[in-house]
Amino acid sequence: MINCTEATRQLWEYLDATVDEPTREAIEEHLARCRRCCGELEFAKELRGFLVSSARDDVPDDVLRRLNQTLEELEP
Amino acid sequence: MGLALGETVDSSSADQAESFRVLVRDQLPRLYSLARRLVGDEAEAAVQDCLLKAYQRFHQLQAAAAARAWMTSILVNCCRDRGRANARRPEEVEFDELERFSLYRKIAYEDPFPYSDSLHLDFLAEFGPEDVRAVLLQLPPLYRIPLVLVYMDGYLAKEVASMLDAPLGTVLARLHRGRKLFERQLWDYAEENGLLREAPR
Repeated sequence: MINCTEATRQLWEYLDATVDEPTREAIEEHLARCRRCCGELEFAKELRGFLVSSARDDVPDDVLRRLNQTLEELEP
Repeated sequence: MGLALGETVDSSSADQAESFRVLVRDQLPRLYSLARRLVGDEAEAAVQDCLLKAYQRFHQLQAAAAARAWMTSILVNCCRDRGRANARRPEEVEFDELERFSLYRKIAYEDPFPYSDSLHLDFLAEFGPEDVRAVLLQLPPLYRIPLVLVYMDGYLAKEVASMLDAPLGTVLARLHRGRKLFERQLWDYAEENGLLREAPR
């Protein structure tokens, strides 16, 4: 049996599927009986989605124009 | 004229420059967005560096399908070079204290929005894209780079290990610390920038 500290320390790795099988089982066993850690898990999922949703922003027109200009000026 | 995905790169082709343009043009917004998260205001300069270096090495690209990861790898190294050039001092991180930090618990204990019934989501909703970028730029590049590549650009940890020429275990350890640092920095940034004040009702 793992405690809350051990379970929450590896929640992102659990979501990333980078924990080994015994660790995955231990975390799931803990989550099945610990409501607070389920809250931590849900928040870790939200944080991942938050990062993904922050990944793109618009490129200013003048920046894109200068980058394209560099591309066009490449010598064969 | 240029290469379609699946085609190989003909290094002897007379229209190599045009092939390069076709492969790279559509990637410019993605490369710029990535660079903004890695080096902030130096993003345009980093992408310019990347374009020139990639073109010099275009003959090394074996297949058009690999172009996305290949360009990312070159951009990451250009950003690392810029980070090294601007480094003032080694960054100090207290890992024992960091390991115990939980943003979920911090928000619950501090309860910054007492009238909220979705406290944790309301906390995240306070951050705009500029805030997230500012938080990321406060992380040491050692942790920022894998965090951005995996969680924002969608690469696998093993692909990042290959890009950074680092062992997978090292990248996984940096991801772990990077996530913890990101969580703590989100809280510190929210405190310092007045994001924890509940709007009047």
